[in-house]
Amino acid sequence: MSGRYLLRRCGLFLYTLLVVSLIVFGITQVLPADAATMLMGEAATPDQLAALRLRLGLDAPVWLQYARWLGAVVTGDFGISMRTGQRVLPVLLDSLSRSLLLAVLSIGVMLVVAVPLGILAAVRRGGVADTALGLFSYLGVSLPEFVTATLAILFFADYLGWLPATGYVPLAEDPWRAVQHLVLPVATVSLILVAHVSRMVRSEVVDALHTDYVRAARLKGMPERIVLRRHALRNALLPTITIVALDVGYVLGGIIVVEEIFAIPGIGRQIIVAVQNRDLPMIQAGALVMATTYSVMNFLADLTYAALDKRIQYG
Amino acid sequence: MADVLRRLLRSPQGAIGLTLVVLVLAVAILGPSLAPYEPSAMSVLRRYRPPSAEYWLGTDQLGRDILSRILAGARATVLLALLATVIGSLCGAMIGTASAFLGGRVDEAVMRTVDAIMAMPSLLLSLLIVSVLGRGSENAVLAIAIAFTPGMARITRSVALAVRRQDYVNAAIARGEGAFYIVAREMLPNVVAPIVVEMSIRVAFAVMLFATLSFLGLGAQPPASEWGLMVSEARRFMHLAPGMIVWPCAAIAIVSIGFNLLGDGLRDALNPRT
Repeated sequence: MSGRYLLRRCGLFLYTLLVVSLIVFGITQVLPADAATMLMGEAATPDQLAALRLRLGLDAPVWLQYARWLGAVVTGDFGISMRTGQRVLPVLLDSLSRSLLLAVLSIGVMLVVAVPLGILAAVRRGGVADTALGLFSYLGVSLPEFVTATLAILFFADYLGWLPATGYVPLAEDPWRAVQHLVLPVATVSLILVAHVSRMVRSEVVDALHTDYVRAARLKGMPERIVLRRHALRNALLPTITIVALDVGYVLGGIIVVEEIFAIPGIGRQIIVAVQNRDLPMIQAGALVMATTYSVMNFLADLTYAALDKRIQYG
Repeated sequence: MADVLRRLLRSPQGAIGLTLVVLVLAVAILGPSLAPYEPSAMSVLRRYRPPSAEYWLGTDQLGRDILSRILAGARATVLLALLATVIGSLCGAMIGTASAFLGGRVDEAVMRTVDAIMAMPSLLLSLLIVSVLGRGSENAVLAIAIAFTPGMARITRSVALAVRRQDYVNAAIARGEGAFYIVAREMLPNVVAPIVVEMSIRVAFAVMLFATLSFLGLGAQPPASEWGLMVSEARRFMHLAPGMIVWPCAAIAIVSIGFNLLGDGLRDALNPRT
């Protein structure tokens, strides 16, 4: 990995954040004809509106509003929630820690389940396991999170009574109950991922098994297990890093819904509540924090890929 | 065209997918007239009925026939998702084709910006847009269309880049045709096939996204019989009538599986080499 690649990738990362901030600001602050009316409702008096406009700096030109807002955001000042009157950033970071727990667990479960499933399907191509995985992945990618979550609550919590339906318990408080409360949310988020990633892994491994170096290894009499482990998988699993990184977007989207359904006080639930109450500073900050999280993940994945992939020189 | 259809029907994915999609579209168009009852007819006397010969899927908390509501809801869910996909794909296709045609620095700038926009999950971007435009089906459609545009732009661009190198495009440039003519008449028709494949898969995603927005109370509003909204309403009566939840969920799954299968089938049918 060359220094130039690293520099270029850093530049892209910063550009992404800049574009995201422009979009978030553009949609939430410029698009509404009058943010003040939108916030206070039709019943507000002209005096109240004028006061709010002044307080929000809405009387300034758009570019100046953006510059002020960006300046504040960069220094960590996301403003004050319109709904609760609390500072936005501490509330969000607190929620983010719970969301990250959910996200990391889901991605972990997905890797543990999806990669072996994909390899199995590729090795037994056309067999029962392969067909079963194909059917499962169609079902998995076709069920939105709110459907999976609702059905899971209906069956495991309501009908069988094995697991609690909703709620959140901090790990530090009561580990056993915390885990119980996390099972259904994590299963919901990872289902769609397992469906997607296992198919990707399958097709990568199938491709790798058809390469010349695998044929050569087989022809020189190497046992199939070692061919698979030493030649096929090593190359097939590399692109999985990129796929997983791109799927983090799905994870974050899924988390929004899953947190709402399972009543987990994470960043997704904050965003939904903010959207329902038109709490602009919270919406802006939530969207920025989420997009930043995703960009960081992608950034790290690209660097990992570049560091591991010896074949390509990134210039 | 007939050749593509024949190849499509030969693969199991294509055959099942096409059947499901045709069935779903027929229901979406004929929906209300197929319904055995008026979808919004309430009756206190027939609330929470289990499935029976009279009410095939039972009745809901207001005594409305669930089958009739699901059939009527196909229009609200599927047609609007289709509309959102078409709008988003057209915008994306135009941006992608133009970017590939212009090439160089413009292309680089457009694509890096598209990548940057895609750092926001589709659901988040839709939520952001709906939060400003206000809740409602039309706004949800618009939000989904906007959220789909960058992804479609990216895919179209990679296809269009391949088309850009073809001789007939160079011939048009040599003839001195304008940029708009070349993009619209020479390039767009040839990038259509891969876009159709991608659109088919995207419709499944749009159905899911639209139902999700409605489920969160930001898309279709009561008393609409949109499927996501039906699930959200049924959740409150889970203990009284668990069946109420299952049917709209199944409807969403069937539509989404249908479009996913059709997309995969089309990809194989349009691209015989792989």
